[in-house]
Amino acid sequence: MSDVHRTPTSGSNQSRAEASDMLVVSELGVRSQNKAILEEISFKVKKGISLAIVGPNGGGKTTLFRALLKLIPYTGMIRWNDKIRMGYVPQGLVSTDFPLSVAEFLRFKCRTDLEACIRSVGLEKEILRQSLGSLSGGELQRVLIAWAIVDDPSVLLFDEPTSGVDIGAEEPIYDKVNSLKKEIGITILLITHNIHVVMHYADYVLALNKRVLFFGDSKSLTHSQLLSIIYGNEFALSEEEYHKE
Amino acid sequence: MITLSDTITFGLIAGVFVGLTAGYLGSIMVSRHMALVGDALSHVALPGVALGILFNFNPFIGAFAFLAATVIVTWYLQKSTTLSVEAIIGVLFVLALAIGILITPEVDLFEALFGDVSKITLTDTIITVLVSVGVLVVARSIYEKLVVSMISKELAIASRIKVERINLIYLFLVAIIVAIGIKEVGTLLVGALVILPAAAAKNISSTLSRYSLMSAIFGLASATLGIILSNYVNVPAGPLVVIVGAAIFAAGVVASSLSRRLNNQKSIRNTI
Repeated sequence: MSDVHRTPTSGSNQSRAEASDMLVVSELGVRSQNKAILEEISFKVKKGISLAIVGPNGGGKTTLFRALLKLIPYTGMIRWNDKIRMGYVPQGLVSTDFPLSVAEFLRFKCRTDLEACIRSVGLEKEILRQSLGSLSGGELQRVLIAWAIVDDPSVLLFDEPTSGVDIGAEEPIYDKVNSLKKEIGITILLITHNIHVVMHYADYVLALNKRVLFFGDSKSLTHSQLLSIIYGNEFALSEEEYHKE
Repeated sequence: MITLSDTITFGLIAGVFVGLTAGYLGSIMVSRHMALVGDALSHVALPGVALGILFNFNPFIGAFAFLAATVIVTWYLQKSTTLSVEAIIGVLFVLALAIGILITPEVDLFEALFGDVSKITLTDTIITVLVSVGVLVVARSIYEKLVVSMISKELAIASRIKVERINLIYLFLVAIIVAIGIKEVGTLLVGALVILPAAAAKNISSTLSRYSLMSAIFGLASATLGIILSNYVNVPAGPLVVIVGAAIFAAGVVASSLSRRLNNQKSIRNTI
């Protein structure tokens, strides 16, 4: 039986959470200005797995995260395990024109060894003196990952962690995320547009376009099938074409 | 040698604490791009001051009551509508200013708008010092949470920071310091005591600790120098406090521009 599975959409079982469930979402709906953004979203996430959330722009991926963080009103049920400690890595920061050094930012959470904390995400200690606003996209993402993992979270939410990051800098970030999962067994929820990331780094995939298009084991799909599910058949490539790309 | 009358001494002591605290609080307000909110918020106090004058009770209480009501209305509307803080306070500020000017007795209007340090009593001074210290302590305890919620609301919520509550506490602290600063510099200018020191400090700071410290020091310096100058040139302290603050800001702009130019030249020389 798979670790992640879609919950029934009706009946009393939908809200029944097991101890190993990190997150149970049932019949989740989000509306904005009388328009449905998300409808009938139901799924469970068990401990220690990585779930990639994919879908077209406007498909509701970020809205789902915002609902999971209880930032917006929603209908249905979102139940996090009582014992979770959450880490969150946003796409970027709203304000970076603020005189705040990397060391000061990390010290909000980490009172002990800042150097070890910054090395854990593959950065050198010299970066601690720089201001957040002066960092490159990749450096900022790593600092945000360091911030998210410094107090040993049990769940990490990543909102497109490599948006704005150079192509060459993407891989080390995902490798780091993957090693965190293996080393400390954290559960990872990851929004991404990158099918390669889904196939290589995620155990399960949730494809969204207002509703759940697909939910299951990422290894059970080919690249082409995943593209077809998300964007329709006209965007699907054959495996051969995909590897050529 | 500087000689000060007793009344100016009270004003000066109160000014030191109000300036320091307003500068510290302002470092958050300026960074949130809410500088004009701070200024507009101060004008909301005018009807409260006017009621205090008309019905013979402490204008601080009236000012604080109006500011607190504005903070609550703003906080509620911001949560329940799509209006920005700037828009909400913008509406409340013009309404309050219009009502305030209509009901403030003409003889007291100038003092309400620009303050009068010579009328600060020993009791006022004690209250100002105690309230300022209290505001500083609370502000210090929520400062890091405010910074995190400012750079990313989602990050703050995921870190279990109660963003709405922290914002409400912060706005209350600003309301309190604006209310006690009114006697010093008046309702029209007290907003400058919050904004100018922080704007000057932001320009010359690269770390948070330096920024918040410099902001508080500039606030203290503006209030102190403005009040001392007013003792000699016989004009209200309020405008002088603001002029000193603006001078510090201008000096900061020049200094940071010179420093940038020097650094550029140094790096060009190193490259060659």
